[in-house]
Amino acid sequence: MSDLWQKLKKGLFMTHTELLERFDAALAGRVVLDEESLEELEEILIAADLGVETSLALVEGIRRDVRKPEAVDSLRLRQRLVDEIAVLLEDTAVAPAAGDEPTVTLLVGVNGVGKTTSAAKLARWHQMRQRRVLLAAADTFRAAAVEQLSVWGERLGVDVIRQARGADPGAVVFDALQAARARGADRVIIDTAGRLHNKQHLMEELAKIRRVIDRQAAGWRRDTLLVLDATTGQNGLAQAQEFHKVAAADAVLLAKVDGTAKGGIVVAVARQLDLPVRFLGVGEGAEDLVEFQPREFAAALLG
Amino acid sequence: MFDGLQDKLQGVFRRLRGEGRVNEEALGRALREIRMALLEADVNFKVVKSFVGRIRERAMGEKVLESLSAAQQVVKIVRDELIELLGEAGGELRLEGKPPVVLLCGLQGSGKTTTAGKLGLRLKERGQHPLLVAADLQRAAAVEQLRQVGEAAGLPVLEPRAGETPLALAERALKEARLRGLGAVIVDTAGRLHVDRELMAEVAALAERLKPSETLFVADAMTGQDAVRSAAEFAATLPLTGVILTKLDGDTRGGAALSIRSVASVPIRFVGVGEKLTELESFQPDRMASRILGMGDVLSLIEKAEQGMDAEATERMARSIARQEFTLEDLRDQLRQMRKMGPLAQVLEMLPRVGPMKALDPSAVDETRLRRIEAIIDSMTPAERRSTRLLNGSRKRRIARGSGTSVQEINQLVKQQRAMKKMLKGVQGKWLRRALGG
Repeated sequence: MSDLWQKLKKGLFMTHTELLERFDAALAGRVVLDEESLEELEEILIAADLGVETSLALVEGIRRDVRKPEAVDSLRLRQRLVDEIAVLLEDTAVAPAAGDEPTVTLLVGVNGVGKTTSAAKLARWHQMRQRRVLLAAADTFRAAAVEQLSVWGERLGVDVIRQARGADPGAVVFDALQAARARGADRVIIDTAGRLHNKQHLMEELAKIRRVIDRQAAGWRRDTLLVLDATTGQNGLAQAQEFHKVAAADAVLLAKVDGTAKGGIVVAVARQLDLPVRFLGVGEGAEDLVEFQPREFAAALLG
Repeated sequence: MFDGLQDKLQGVFRRLRGEGRVNEEALGRALREIRMALLEADVNFKVVKSFVGRIRERAMGEKVLESLSAAQQVVKIVRDELIELLGEAGGELRLEGKPPVVLLCGLQGSGKTTTAGKLGLRLKERGQHPLLVAADLQRAAAVEQLRQVGEAAGLPVLEPRAGETPLALAERALKEARLRGLGAVIVDTAGRLHVDRELMAEVAALAERLKPSETLFVADAMTGQDAVRSAAEFAATLPLTGVILTKLDGDTRGGAALSIRSVASVPIRFVGVGEKLTELESFQPDRMASRILGMGDVLSLIEKAEQGMDAEATERMARSIARQEFTLEDLRDQLRQMRKMGPLAQVLEMLPRVGPMKALDPSAVDETRLRRIEAIIDSMTPAERRSTRLLNGSRKRRIARGSGTSVQEINQLVKQQRAMKKMLKGVQGKWLRRALGG
């Protein structure tokens, strides 16, 4: 896994070098942190998509501390910010212990964030831990979504429960849970159709899927992962809010962290919605999924 | 979501004017509000910086501060500048070459395949006969997806043979299109990261060979600060001719439009506004500007209303408004129309927070109450609907029984209807004109 983290860090670092170098240069030889450098600090955070509110709050903390004229060491300052961001990311509602009981994982999110690929990666993740996995193709709406998951299933040697396009996603989930019992699977991963969180009827459909799971998977641990795209800006917060409301998300899976986008929106999500991050998607391969480490992520955000 | 920028600016100027200090400090504060609004809308911070600089210059030059309507003027300057920066309105595709080629590129998940279908359908409706080319050989079942999209749009799809490279496939597509006399070739490519040298080189080679008359960068409207970086890389690698912004039917402010426009220096041509293949619209810079500023997307609202309304009800409403009346029948029509447009809170979200709409909190809208109102109106006779003056005690009791509500609720409704009637008279004179003209 560690080379993946290297890959990830490199990606994040590259995007920030320029900003951070400028910041360090601005601070060099300075004895007080003036308004201008505080604003630059704010920009570094905003550029990482932490959002205005969260960035301002973090900078405000620094500002309070450095009111008295005193030496400012950019490295120490950065470390402090890393600490604060890490605390924000850690200090969320505690995710249910990832015990080894049978688990149904529901993947939700807006269109194009990477739910299907993430479903495959999660299947692989459990496979490597000797669990018996079943995939459920409950995205019956998008063209070829079922085929896409089936291709992954074939590649991984994982059964995919599917119905025809346009079928009721609740029925697919029902089938999958029946099949899991019959085949002795202990992990069911459900891929759902992408939906914009402001489309009420689609969100209602999701709530219905939740209800099917609640009824049919008594005795299973129910786990809902909200897939967010690391390139998403402030809308990620609205997405998290709505999906959390409708589908009671347990945690975030942040996809596409292998680009230059920092995915700082998860800091705002953690701070304002108390929703933790659990996984990072770091590539297109089945194994490009890593467990989230708040401290490393915070450090990578700031170079 | 932040409130309308105009509201905030008005607050800034009012406060300072009260203190007798309309000066550079006021402008400074106003510019800070503008900066925040743009950053919250996901406009890249560097773009915001230079933008705010321009606004400062213009505001100083035009001596805005001496005016009594400084807030409105600043908003106007901001909006004008935004519209200018967002560039021209989107036009039709330029189709040159034999056959003309449209190449779609972008990051993973931005919506290229769906957009290929939408563009194809658009061309088909204009009498062209486009061929869709499934050149995404990376993502699982991407070819199958385009095949299904093509089927839905009634368009031919060229699929890769075993072992065929995207380049070889594209060359075959050109021949095929010439042979079959097809009017255009739309090439769907794999989503790729702008930092992926190998895949960027691949798409560059594709463009080199195909010499597309349109090379379009497909971008997700929800993109954050990194939009500048990916757009810049694609623009540097490919001879981009335009941008298509997708997923604008969400509630994102879409500041990425401005970021992308400013680094890619090519016009935004179309916007994707839904999952259906018909849901592609021409880009409108003025609407986009209002949206980024959180000033309400009045034009979209009107369009949405037009789509949802049946002509007869609209006609009836227009007559009522012309007579400066507002009966319970009109109210019921409106309630029904609104429901067709989607959840009321969302519809209200699109309204600008000005005039009588200022105090409206979309999240506080109670849909059950609206259903009760409809039930009350349904339980009335047509005559009662037209004139609430008829409503005496016994009629009210009858209606309450019929609708499962109470006399109190009916009284309340009557009061509200009268208030609305009064407001309507004001509407014609003032805020509606401003909101719609603004």
